[in-house]
Amino acid sequence: MPNSPSDRAADDPYGAVHDLVVIGAGCAGLAGAVTAFEQGLSVALLDTAGRIGGQFYRHPAPAIGAVRPEALHHDWSAFAGLRHRLEASDVVHLAGHHVWTVARQDGANPRWTVHAVTGVDGDGERPVRVHARAVLLATGAYERQLPFPGWTLPGVVGAAGAQAMLKSGLVLPGRRVVVAGSGPLLLAVASSLAAAGARVPLVVEASGYLGYARRPDVLAVNPQKLAEAVVHGAALLRHGVRLRTRSAVTDVHGADRVEAVTVSRLDRDWRPVQGSGRRIACDALAVGHGLVPQTELATSLGCATRRTQDGTYALALDALQQTSVPGLWAAGETGGIGGAQLARVEGELAGFAVAAQVRGGHEPARDGRVRELQRRRERMRAFAGAMTAMHAPGPGWVDWLDDATEVCRCEEVRAGAIREAVDEHGARDARTVKLLTRAGMGWCQGRVCGAAVARLAAGGGAPAVPPSPERRPLAVPVALELLGSLDTTAPTSSPAAPAQRPDTAGPDGAATSGD
Amino acid sequence: MVGAACAYYAARSGLSVTVIDRGAVAGGTTGAGEGNLLVSDKEPGPELELALLSTRLWRELADVLPPRIEYEAKGGLVVASGEASLAVLRDFAARQERAGVRVRQIGSGRLRDLEPHLAEDLAGGFHYPQDAQVQPALAAAHLLRAVGGHGPGRVFLRLGEEVTGILKGASGEVRGVRTASGDLHAPYVVNAAGTWGGRLARLAGVDLPVLPRRGFVLVTEPLPRVVRHKVYTADYVADVASGSAALQTSAVVEGTPAGPVLIGASRERVGFDRALSVEALRRLAAQATRLFPVLAGVHAIRTYAGFRPYLPDHLPAIGSDPRVPGLLHACGHEGAGIGLAPATGTIVARIVSGAGLPMDITPFGPDRFEGTSQPRKEPRHGA
Repeated sequence: MPNSPSDRAADDPYGAVHDLVVIGAGCAGLAGAVTAFEQGLSVALLDTAGRIGGQFYRHPAPAIGAVRPEALHHDWSAFAGLRHRLEASDVVHLAGHHVWTVARQDGANPRWTVHAVTGVDGDGERPVRVHARAVLLATGAYERQLPFPGWTLPGVVGAAGAQAMLKSGLVLPGRRVVVAGSGPLLLAVASSLAAAGARVPLVVEASGYLGYARRPDVLAVNPQKLAEAVVHGAALLRHGVRLRTRSAVTDVHGADRVEAVTVSRLDRDWRPVQGSGRRIACDALAVGHGLVPQTELATSLGCATRRTQDGTYALALDALQQTSVPGLWAAGETGGIGGAQLARVEGELAGFAVAAQVRGGHEPARDGRVRELQRRRERMRAFAGAMTAMHAPGPGWVDWLDDATEVCRCEEVRAGAIREAVDEHGARDARTVKLLTRAGMGWCQGRVCGAAVARLAAGGGAPAVPPSPERRPLAVPVALELLGSLDTTAPTSSPAAPAQRPDTAGPDGAATSGD
Repeated sequence: MVGAACAYYAARSGLSVTVIDRGAVAGGTTGAGEGNLLVSDKEPGPELELALLSTRLWRELADVLPPRIEYEAKGGLVVASGEASLAVLRDFAARQERAGVRVRQIGSGRLRDLEPHLAEDLAGGFHYPQDAQVQPALAAAHLLRAVGGHGPGRVFLRLGEEVTGILKGASGEVRGVRTASGDLHAPYVVNAAGTWGGRLARLAGVDLPVLPRRGFVLVTEPLPRVVRHKVYTADYVADVASGSAALQTSAVVEGTPAGPVLIGASRERVGFDRALSVEALRRLAAQATRLFPVLAGVHAIRTYAGFRPYLPDHLPAIGSDPRVPGLLHACGHEGAGIGLAPATGTIVARIVSGAGLPMDITPFGPDRFEGTSQPRKEPRHGA
C-alpha cells in the first residue's frame, strides 16, 4: 500500500499529523494502539523503554540469552497476542522517547503536540515533537514508598524495582530477601524471587487479608483474581515462604548494608505494638506500599482527578475513557490501579472510542463489543477499589518515623524538619512543606517521598488543607539547550527521521530476527 | 509575603493582629516567586523610593530572622549584548543614581571578573550592589513567627480559612470579616490578598482592578555555584514596565544556596491559566544559555507558574481606602511584592497606629482608578 497515510507517517513520524498518539507501550497502551489501528486510524506509540511491554511484561534484552523469561510472567499469552497484532500493524513505534509535556493547540480541530526527548541515556539527546488529533495516556504507575528508619541503607530496594530487575536482567537483590509493605504485588514479588532462587524468609504485609473475605460480592465476580492468589499462594507454600499480616518492617540493621530487619506487629491504625519487634536476618529487603498513578502529563493540562481510596489521585474518566479535557484519553493505571487485565480492557475500549470520535462515525456506546468491555471494566474496577481500600496505609504509620528518619532522599530532608514546618511554620499541605523544607524538590520531584510528605503535612492537629494532585509540568528533566532550541511552529512535514521498527526480538522466539 | 510583613510591623508597634489565609503560609504568589529584592529594574519614581526603603528594611530583617531565610546581598548584574542597549542602560543607570541607587559600570573585559561563566561577547554591563535575594516562603513563615511573645503585639494565624464577607457598621465603616467558622471583629482590615486582592475589595463593595500576569520559572538540577549575582539583560527593564498582554521573556538567571539555578520569569496576561507554555520555557532556556553557555547541558528539572498581581499603572495599592473607613489595601505589587513587602508593611502599620509615614504614598492611593476603569457589569435587578 504505497502512499497510504500510515506509510507516510512511518517515513516521517515527526512531520505527520497522526490520528492518535499513544504514550506508554504497556498493557493499556498496546491494546489501545492496535485497536485504534485496526479501526482504521494512523497511530504512533511512544515509550521510554527500548522494548514494548511496560512494567508488567518487562522482559530481558535478547543479549541476555534468557531461555524462558515468560516463566516469570503469568498471562504471557495475552502479551504475545498484543505483540503479534502490533507487528502485523503499521503502528509507528517510537521507542526510547521520554515525553516531557503534551500541549494542545486550540481551534476548530484541536491538535496535540507531544514533546519528547530521545537518546536520553546515551549521547545524541535531541528534542522531537509528535503531532496528533487525539492522545491516549497509558503512562502506568510508580511504586509508593513509605519511609521508616533505615530505609536508605544499601540492600533496601523497592518491591516493584526488585521485580523489574528480575524481569529485565534476571538479577536478584540478595540471597535472603524479606518482602514487606502492603498490596497484592508483594505476593507476586515474593513468588518471583523464590522462583528465581532467592530465599524469602518472610512476607510482611501491613494489612490483614481478612478484608477480602468481607467482600465476597466483589470476589465472586472476579474469579480470575482468586485464581491468581491461589497460584501465588501455592508457589509461596512450595518455597516455604511465610506470610505475616498486620505487621511491618520498622527498622533496618546493618553497618554498610542490610544485615537484618525488625518486624513489628501493627494495630488497626498501623501503629507498631510496643515490644512486638522481632529481628529477622536477611541481606536484602524489598519493600513497597502499592502503586501511584502516573498522571502528571494530564494534570499539567488541567485534567480532573479523583481521590482514590488509598489517598492517591487518579484521572477522572468518562464511560469511554476520555478525561475531562476533550481529545485526551487515558487507560490503565492512570485511571486508578487495577492491574494488567483491566489495563488491556481499558486500552481496547479507548481504542474504539477514539476511532469513533476521530472518524466521526457511529456511537460507540451502542456497539456490542464496547458494551462488553464496559461491563468487564466495571467488574474489575469494583475489585480494584475494594483492594485499594484494603491496603490503604493506616494513619499510624507515621509513628514508624523518628525525627532523624530521612523522608526526602534527594534533598536529604528528615522527618523532624517536616514536623517543624507543620507545627511551627504554618505548613498545611505538601506544597508548603516543600517550599519550607525542600522535601520533594530534588531529582525525583517528590515521586518517592510525596505520599509520606503529604501525610506528615496533614498531621499536627490544625485543620489540614485538602491535598491536591501533584503538578509536575516537566514530566522528565530536559537539558536547557534542548529546551532553548525547540521548534515551536506549526507542524510541517520536513524533518524526516526513520521510525523504529516494532519490537520484533521477542524472548519467546516467535519473531526473533537474529542471534 | 506582603501580608506577613504587614502583620509583623503592626504587631511590633503593639497591635494585636490576626492573619487569615484560605490556604497555607506562602500558598499564593509568594510560593511561586524567586525572591527578587531589586532596585536595578526600577525607574526613578515612587516605586523606586519604596524599593530603596525596603532594601534598608530587608537588611534589618536579615539580622532579626534566622539565616534559613537565605537572604543574600549578592548584587545584580545587568548586561547588554550590543552598544545600542548599553547606551540605553547607561542613561537608565545615570537617572537611577541621581535617585539614590548605587550602580557601577562594568566594561566588557571585566564582566567575567564578576561572573566567570558569562558569555564572552557581551558589550558591558552595570553592577547594582543593593540587589538582593531571599527565599520567599521561608521569609514569610519566619516573619510571621518572629514577633513571638515579645511586647504587647501578637500575631494569630488562621490558615485554611477563606474570608467570605467584610462586616460593616451603620455608617459603612469596617467592623471585621466573616469566614466559614464565624465572624472576627476588628476596626481595621488589611487587604493583602495579592493577585486575588480585587476579589476581596469587591467583598467590601469597592473596585480595585487587580489583574494576574502569569510567569514561569525554570529550575535546574542542583549545581555548584556557577552564577553569583542576579544576572539579566537590558530587555528585562523594558518588559517589567510594559503593559502588553503578549508573552515577554527576559531571563533573570541566578544561583541559590541549595544549588539549583533559577531562570525566570516570563510575563503574559492570560488570566489564571496554569497550562504550560512551551514557548515561554523555550525562550527562558535560550536566553539563559545565551548568557551562560555553561548551562547548555544542564537539565531543567522543574518549572512552575505564578500570577503576579498588577494594577493598570504598575504601581501597588497601599494605604487607607477613603471609600470604606477602616479598610486598607496592600496588594498589586506585580513582580516586586517580596522586595517591596517590608516598606509596605511599615506604611500599613504606621497608618493603623497613627504614626508618621516614611514617604509620600499618594501615588499608591487605592481609589486612584475610581471612574477610570470600565464599569463592571452588575446583575440587573427587577428587569
